Amino acid sequence: MQFMLLFSRQGKLRLQKWYVAHPDKAKKKITRELITTILARKPKMSSFLEWRDLKIVYKRYASLYFCCAIDQEDNELLTLEVIHRYVELLDKYFGSVCELDIIFNFEKAYFMLDELVVGGEVCETSKKNVLKAIAAQDLLQEDEEEEEALYYGGLYWKSF
Amino acid sequence: MSSIKQVINEAVEKDYTAEQREILNPYSKKGLLPEQVRQPNPIRLRDLIRQIRSAKTAAEERSVVNKECAAIRLTFREEDSVWRCRNVAKLLYIHMLGYPAHFGQMECLKLIASPRFTDKRIGYLGAMLLLDERQDVHLLITNSLKNDLKSPTQFVQGLALCTLAAIASPEMARDLADEVERLLKSSNAYIRKKAAICAVRIMSKVPELLEMFLPATRNLLSEKNHGVLITGITLITSMCVQSPDTLDHFKKTVGNLVRILKNLVMAGYSPEHDVQGVSDPFLQVKVLKLLRILGRGDGQASETMNDILAQVATNTEATKNVGNAILYETVLSIMDIQSETGLRVLAVNILGRFLLNVDKNIKYVALHTLLKVVHQDNQAVQRHRTTILECLKDADITIRRRAMELCFALINPSNVRTMMKELISFLETAETEFKAVCSSKCVTAAEQFSPNTRWHIDTLLKVIIAAGNSVPDDVVACTIQLIAESGEAEQQYAVAELWQRLSAAPLDTQPLLQVATWVCGEFANFLSLVGGGVSEGEVVAVYQRILWSSQCSAVTKQYAITSSMKLASRMPGTNSLVAQMVSAYGSHLNVELQQRGVEYTQLFTRYDSMRGPLLERMPPFERSRLRVSQDAAAANAAAAAAAAPLANGLHNNNNNDAVAAVQAPSQSDSNALLDLLGGLDDSANDVPVQVKSAPLPPAGTGSLNSDILDLLGGLGGGGGGDSGGTLISRTVNNGGILDTGLGSASNNLLDDLLNNSSSNLNNSTLANNTINSTNSLPVSTLPSSDEYGSLTIYERNNLRLVMTFQRQDSLTTITLTATNSSTSCNITDFLFQAAVPKSLQLQLLTPSSTSLAPAASLTQFIRVNNPNKAVLRMKLRLSWFADGVKIEDQNEVNNFPPALWQY
Repeated sequence: MQFMLLFSRQGKLRLQKWYVAHPDKAKKKITRELITTILARKPKMSSFLEWRDLKIVYKRYASLYFCCAIDQEDNELLTLEVIHRYVELLDKYFGSVCELDIIFNFEKAYFMLDELVVGGEVCETSKKNVLKAIAAQDLLQEDEEEEEALYYGGLYWKSF
Repeated sequence: MSSIKQVINEAVEKDYTAEQREILNPYSKKGLLPEQVRQPNPIRLRDLIRQIRSAKTAAEERSVVNKECAAIRLTFREEDSVWRCRNVAKLLYIHMLGYPAHFGQMECLKLIASPRFTDKRIGYLGAMLLLDERQDVHLLITNSLKNDLKSPTQFVQGLALCTLAAIASPEMARDLADEVERLLKSSNAYIRKKAAICAVRIMSKVPELLEMFLPATRNLLSEKNHGVLITGITLITSMCVQSPDTLDHFKKTVGNLVRILKNLVMAGYSPEHDVQGVSDPFLQVKVLKLLRILGRGDGQASETMNDILAQVATNTEATKNVGNAILYETVLSIMDIQSETGLRVLAVNILGRFLLNVDKNIKYVALHTLLKVVHQDNQAVQRHRTTILECLKDADITIRRRAMELCFALINPSNVRTMMKELISFLETAETEFKAVCSSKCVTAAEQFSPNTRWHIDTLLKVIIAAGNSVPDDVVACTIQLIAESGEAEQQYAVAELWQRLSAAPLDTQPLLQVATWVCGEFANFLSLVGGGVSEGEVVAVYQRILWSSQCSAVTKQYAITSSMKLASRMPGTNSLVAQMVSAYGSHLNVELQQRGVEYTQLFTRYDSMRGPLLERMPPFERSRLRVSQDAAAANAAAAAAAAPLANGLHNNNNNDAVAAVQAPSQSDSNALLDLLGGLDDSANDVPVQVKSAPLPPAGTGSLNSDILDLLGGLGGGGGGDSGGTLISRTVNNGGILDTGLGSASNNLLDDLLNNSSSNLNNSTLANNTINSTNSLPVSTLPSSDEYGSLTIYERNNLRLVMTFQRQDSLTTITLTATNSSTSCNITDFLFQAAVPKSLQLQLLTPSSTSLAPAASLTQFIRVNNPNKAVLRMKLRLSWFADGVKIEDQNEVNNFPPALWQY
């Protein structure tokens, strides 16, 4: 996978993950181009696009579009499964995930993606393992914060 | 615990409302200096997001973001580590909205270096988003990564590995490969799987590091953990793709892979890896892909995997997307390795089933894959032809496109009739974007497989009608060509068909009108045989309709006007009416049409005796001569023979030799060449003023052709227009007495007349010389002043550049003369670029040529406006091809005569 984008039906970018280096300007251009193309497609069309030398696989879940760019030899049907797996994970984590969850907790959505896909490749095929790893890391963070909160008496509550 | 958190949260929120922040904002209009203000705690990410979301306009959003960015910058500057994490998180959100956030890069690195896990988590996230491998801050991050890869906390190691896999640059890859290799052997599966992906990234950045990971990789296949297994297979796959030696090395793992796959397929339900009844599809697909790479071109390996592929192909549930994903991968593997015939048929049948699936995605994948395999197994794919034809009617445009391509790949002599019928009905309703490519492909297919000429003609006409105005020019040309070279019976048939169209067709489909007018004009003698015979009056009425219609394009009218000339010579009764029509065009706004009008009127009046022979039927064109490059000498002769009479004929209208030369085209020998030179000399003597005042060819021209053509253009009045055409095409367009209106395909018209199929003149030295001798004309006619002397600014690589100057107040006109000082080397694509200091303005006019034969020269005018009387300096960049070898050079000129700016 070369990159993954999440954007809303209004064309607002919600998440971007790049596994291949591009200058910022190019990223913006690609994002804009793909968002416009995909939003212009009709629901009865297939989920695949050929774009430059890449294959674009996208799927809409409620108000959010999940869009992956994969190489020519990659399996587009399986990429749909990867997207679906990611949505399932978010759903388990947030509990009936909606766009707002991803807006306000975008960092958590990134953390989740990083446990499922590393460097553009699927690195964990068990949902349980992903959620376990995320839960453990969240706990690590919470412990740290609570400790500090108690220590500073709440003055320096650092959660973001 | 959570209640404590909540309480504190609320307290923070209460203490610092947005209003309070407003007052203390250092950049608010209260005018407080940042130093004097004690910063309040920065707002929380959540509040910022809320604020941004409540912005009603883009401008409002921008102002919220700018205010926040300013506040964040300030805290960054104060080296405030307490709020760094929160600020970077906010910055990442702002970055996602498309605002610049690169000032946060260093802060990310600081967070990464922090001992807190929260800081590291956000820091690494920021690093992945804000840095990529192009950043120079990498040295700094490399150290942090190195430390964290050694961390005792697995999640810290995990963050570092994940970041490295996403943004590693070659330097980072080199520096950290050792650590990653160590972690690849870790006892912790969580670390091992991420290290494997890191290794993939490192190898792709620095291929020679492959060897280093090889030993640790072998063990990854005996893993039980699916995460490690899938990443291990990914690593092996990328190794095999990268190095053929490694590919051989891993051939022995085929057995292991087959076993892994077998376990997945045969094993019962395992809840952990189950996806809708399929056991770990992600892993299955990875294994299948690696098997494909290992089995490609290897009979033995292919045999080992035959059975399991068959098993997967037959046992996988095909009702859900996930099963189809596996089947799809299996089909690809089967078709790619040396599998048994039965298995291949099974694979194509799976695709056939895919085609019937209601899911668009599966259909698309099937068509896409069939397109890949159609050349290997045409027969197997043929069996699904009907289904594929059905897909032409699909609602999804992507599917229709694939289906169309596949249909063309499936056409063979036995099915061409039915296939073409379907494709033409597809063409009728297809989107405009399909029409051009589809009609071209139809023409190619018809040419390849047509059972007979009648069918071929019918098909092409149907294509032209179906595709309407989207028909590309070459289809028009091909159709005309086909009719021109077919037998009389077919021509007669074509005339009948086309006459019917011509008399009834709406005037907005240009290609059809073009073909129809061409054919009806050329073969007007058959018109009397159409139906009950077409009367001359009817014919003229139709032509009048076309010529006066505002719906017809200029090109169509060009076809029509030439066709009407042919008509007049074939049907004498129409003479007076045609003469009338044609003479009306003598004042048409379109230069081409006007020229035709004038020329043809001449043919009716002064040269009436020549009209008959001149408008004889065209000999059938030779096939596929388009863009055939021939030996330069032959091309020269042909061009000379072609250009000379035209140049002469057009310029001196009383020179009958010109027409004679055209009538006797076989005389394309050296006499004709002399004619050309003579002709050009004549014109040059007569029209130096014209040459000088004629608009310079548009920027970007400058193939040698344009020069000759400019001369002709000056004469013919068509000097502007398109550039870069071949000599012949321009000649034809300018002096189109003989142009029977083949449009773009008319490049070869003169060739046809001359029975000579050469067309490409680009490298003819003779033409070069001619040009150069004429080029000197405008230069010499330009008044040049010796006041400032001349300046040789460049003399290297067989090229000499000399400047002479003229000044008028602040405006200096520099004449640059470039001379090829070698005796044998041809210079082409000469490009002169210059830059002057900012206070000056520079304008480079188009050079007289861009090619230089030995000892020839060209000129280019440069205008410099120097209102401030600044010292004139110039930087030059030159490039050209010397006998095809590219030469580039730069130079700076500082020794301009001071008199140029001291006045």
